[in-house]
Amino acid sequence: MPINKVVSLDEAMGKLRDGLTILIPGFVNCGVPETLIKGIIGKGYKDLNIISNNTSIKGRGIGLLVQENRIKHITCSHIGNNTETVEKVVAGEIQVTFVPQGTLCERVRAGGAGIGGILTPTGLGTPIAEGKPVIEVDGKKYLLEKPLRGDVALIHAWKADKMGNLVYRRTARNFNPIFATAADLVIVEAEEIVEVGELDPDIIHTPGCLVDMIVQI
Amino acid sequence: MTMEKRQLIAYRTARFFEDGDLVNLGIGMPTLCLKYLPEGVDIWIQSENGVIGLTGAPGEGEEADPNVVDASGSVSMLRTGGCCFDSFTSFGLIRGGHVAATVLGAYEVDQEGNLANWMVPGKTVAGMGGAMDLVSGAKKVLIMMEHCDKHGNPKILKKCRLPLTAANEVDYVITELCVLKRTDEGLMLMELAPGVTVEEVVSKTEADLIIPEEIGCMV
Repeated sequence: MPINKVVSLDEAMGKLRDGLTILIPGFVNCGVPETLIKGIIGKGYKDLNIISNNTSIKGRGIGLLVQENRIKHITCSHIGNNTETVEKVVAGEIQVTFVPQGTLCERVRAGGAGIGGILTPTGLGTPIAEGKPVIEVDGKKYLLEKPLRGDVALIHAWKADKMGNLVYRRTARNFNPIFATAADLVIVEAEEIVEVGELDPDIIHTPGCLVDMIVQI
Repeated sequence: MTMEKRQLIAYRTARFFEDGDLVNLGIGMPTLCLKYLPEGVDIWIQSENGVIGLTGAPGEGEEADPNVVDASGSVSMLRTGGCCFDSFTSFGLIRGGHVAATVLGAYEVDQEGNLANWMVPGKTVAGMGGAMDLVSGAKKVLIMMEHCDKHGNPKILKKCRLPLTAANEVDYVITELCVLKRTDEGLMLMELAPGVTVEEVVSKTEADLIIPEEIGCMV
């Protein structure tokens, strides 16, 4: 019998603790695991290091963690959509490290794929290049960017089977399949949970072997 | 021909596209280009959040899927033939040179083709988003901008003063006064807006400009 990874929100959130590094996908409000984020807030976890593309908008998604002062440091490409994040960064309440969006994808992909870094032209000659090795390959220059991983990844799926095979919907896919590869513990919230065998093997975006727990939204 | 500044810039920028081009348009003024596409030119919009084929906000009575959003996070419609993918594939398209053109605004550009459009130290802390990857990777980098800032100071400089988004990547600068092309020797004045003189452009530009014998018209 295939393993059934479906658990309650409370059980999944019980695996976390203060100070963890958490990968949270999503693009503004699309494809953000908001149920799991509310679970973190419910458990009172704080001093979190978040790796995400952005911080949603004020009071939504990752913005809830900003509002409740749960974030110590955030690694992301953009915070401009959330005025509250900008205020807290300016006030020194949240530390931020900006990473170009494409570089963020590749660094997390490297972290999940066992690759020791990536070479990208993005950021050459800009403040992002400071302190990073520049490597020349066949006459072209690239920045060496190191892999990124998390202790935990929180994932938002459209459909999950009970083994954790996942399908995302439209642009809610964004960072989800990448982030699901690069954490020690992968927790998924799914809009719909189906029996094993109901998803066509060819349409699965994230293989179930990457997933540890599934929570029904 | 009377056109507002922004419309003139969008009209001219849209004439850089060829039929079937895959194009990434920045938020704001660049999206105006869609209104001025020449007849017979149909382009496909690539949005860095992982989609090709967005057509804009739903019209009245049109049913939209909240899972289809553009690069600003706003719900958008997806045309037939469009497709969705993850962020990694999206930036592979961008960095891999599969996007024909990227169109962005700028705080400053300079005669070496450097671009600054993401950070004003002490003032803005929004982050660069996908801009650095887009400018490094797209085949053609088109910058739409007002020629001077709101105080009348030049924004086309000898050397950018603000932190760079990318070095030596700008191909064309389109303003309400002119079109500039970056060459190995510097910025060349390619076209003028109707009624604008070479002297006016030179007086409002800090960068050294190459003035060819023949200069075209923007419209």
